[in-house]
Amino acid sequence: MSAGASVGRVETRTARLFDEAAPLVLESGATLGPVDVAYETYGDLDPDGGNAVFICHALTGDAHAAGLHDGATRPGWWDNIIGPGRPIDTDRFHVICANLLGGCMGTTGPSSTDPSTGRAYGLRFPLFTVADLVTVHRALLEHLGIRRLVAAVGGSLGGMQVLQWALDHPEEVGAAVVICATARLSPQNIAFSAVAREAIMRDPQFHGGDYEAAGTRPDRGLAVARMMAHITYLSEEGMRARFGRRLQDADVPRFGFDADFQVESYLQHQGESFLRRFDANSYLYLTRVMDYFDPFDDLASLGRKLERVGTGFLVISFDTDWRFDTSHSRDIVRMLAAHRTPVSFREISSPHGHDSFLLDIPDYHQTVATFLDRVYRNRGGRG
Amino acid sequence: MRPDLNVVADLIPSGARVLDLGCGDGALLDELIRVRGCSGQGVEVSQDAFFACLGRGIPVVSADIDQGLPDFADGSFDVVVLSQTLQAVHRPALVIREMMRVARTGIVSFSNYGHVALRVRLLTRGRMPTSRMFPDPWFETPAIRPCTLRDFDEFLAGQGVRPAGRVLLNSRGARADGLRSRAPNLLAAGAAYVIRADAED
Repeated sequence: MSAGASVGRVETRTARLFDEAAPLVLESGATLGPVDVAYETYGDLDPDGGNAVFICHALTGDAHAAGLHDGATRPGWWDNIIGPGRPIDTDRFHVICANLLGGCMGTTGPSSTDPSTGRAYGLRFPLFTVADLVTVHRALLEHLGIRRLVAAVGGSLGGMQVLQWALDHPEEVGAAVVICATARLSPQNIAFSAVAREAIMRDPQFHGGDYEAAGTRPDRGLAVARMMAHITYLSEEGMRARFGRRLQDADVPRFGFDADFQVESYLQHQGESFLRRFDANSYLYLTRVMDYFDPFDDLASLGRKLERVGTGFLVISFDTDWRFDTSHSRDIVRMLAAHRTPVSFREISSPHGHDSFLLDIPDYHQTVATFLDRVYRNRGGRG
Repeated sequence: MRPDLNVVADLIPSGARVLDLGCGDGALLDELIRVRGCSGQGVEVSQDAFFACLGRGIPVVSADIDQGLPDFADGSFDVVVLSQTLQAVHRPALVIREMMRVARTGIVSFSNYGHVALRVRLLTRGRMPTSRMFPDPWFETPAIRPCTLRDFDEFLAGQGVRPAGRVLLNSRGARADGLRSRAPNLLAAGAAYVIRADAED
C-alpha cells in the first residue's frame, strides 16, 4: 500500500465549456457544441495559481482519479499515486482530472444528444485528434482560472495527451510526465485496435452506431474488444504467475468450450464488467484517436517551440509492457533530446505489463515522487 | 565539486550542449547548467545516482553506455564527457565511437595506472595497485580496464580519434601544470583529454 493518505470524499463536477453559439472548433475544422466536461479536483489551488497539476486519463479512465465518491467503496482509478503525501501530493499540488472528449463518463461524446436531431450522435460525432483532447483540457483550465500547469501527468493515451500538450503549448506545461506512452502507434498496435473495433461494428446490435435508437447495445462486440485489449495490458510473465494453467472451480478439466481455465473466466469477467461502465461508440472514437497520433510529424515547428521553452520531461516505461514497449518511450526520449529538451528516462522493472502504470510499484512511484518533488521546489523558477 | 570535475568543466565552452556519460550524482552538469549557462543531459546506470540527479533537477537517462547511445541522435550535443568512467566500461571502443557520433568534441578523464606511485606499489608490494577514484581491491573494483596515458594514446590512434588537447592531473585530481613536458606517463596521476574524430577539423 502506498504511503500517504486518500484525498477522502470527492465529487465529479461538470462544466459547459462550449455551446452552440461558441462551439468547439476541432482540428479538422468541424464544430461541436454544446460540450460539457466532467472533472474532479483535489488539493487547494495556491493564490497565485502556480501549483496546478493536470492528470490526463487513458482509454477507459474517467474524471474520478482519486478519493471516494459518496457511498462508494472503490476509490478512483489512480488513487494510489494521488493524495496527501503520495507522489502526486495534494498537500502541495492542486490536481485536476477531466473525462476526455468523446468519452462516456460525463463529458460530451458519441452517446450525448446531438442538438440538431435530438438523438444520440452515434457515428455522426465528429472524429477528433489528441490535439483536440488538449484543446478541451485547456478550455477547462481557462474556466477554472488557471493559466499554467506546473506539471501534466499521464499514462498510455494520457501520456500521449501530455506529450501533445507540451509540444503545442510548452509555455503552459512546466513539466511533463509521460508514462508507457508512444508518439506513434506501431502497425501491431493499430492492428489490435482494428480488431477490437471490428468486434464492435460487426455485432448485429451495433446498428451503424445507432444502437440507442434501436433500443439495443453491441454488448458482445464491446466485451470481446475489451477482453482482447486486456490481454495486451498484461504480460506473458504476469499471466503465468497469476493464472498458470489452473482451472476455474474444478480439479479436472471439463473438456468443453465454456470457460474452463482461470484466465478465461478472468477475461470474461473483465469483458462483462466493462459493459457496465463503457459505451461502444466511445471505444471506437478513443481507440481511433490513438491510431492517428503522430506529433513528431512536423518536426521543424515543434522543435523550435521546445527549444524555446524547455519543458522538463520525465519519460517512464515498464520492461514487460508490450502494448507500448520501451522502444516507444525511447523514441520519445530521442526526439526530445535531439531538440535540446531536458528529458529524464527510466525503464522500470515490473511483471505487470502495460497495466503497471496503474499499480503501486515502489520504484515507479519513487521516480515520479522524486521528479515532482523537484518540480514543486523549483516552481516559479527558483533553484 | 571534485577537482577533476573542475578541470573538465574548464574545458567546456560556456553555453555548450553537453552529454555526460556516467554522470554520477550530476555534480558536473549542475555546475555547467546553473553556473556556466550550458544545457545538457546525463546518462547513468546506477539507480542511486539516477535518483540523485532527478532530485536536483538534472535531466538523466537511465542507461548502460556499454549498449551504445541509442537515445541520442547524431551530432545532437556540442561536447560529450566521459569522466572517470572509461575504466569501468566493458566496450571502450564502442563508447568512444558513440561519443564521436553524438558530439564533435569529447572529453575523457581517467586515472593513469602508469603513475610512479602505482608502479612502485606494484613493484614493492607485488599487489595490483588501486587509484584514488577506484580504491576497491581487484575483485571488487569497477575499474576493470586500467590503462596508462601511453595505452590510451595508442588506443585513440587505433580508433581514428585524435587528442586535441590534454590536461594532466595530480594525485588530488587537480591540474598538474608543472608536469607539462616531463615524462607525463610516469608523473601524472591522471589526465583529461579533449578528443575529436580524425576526419574533423
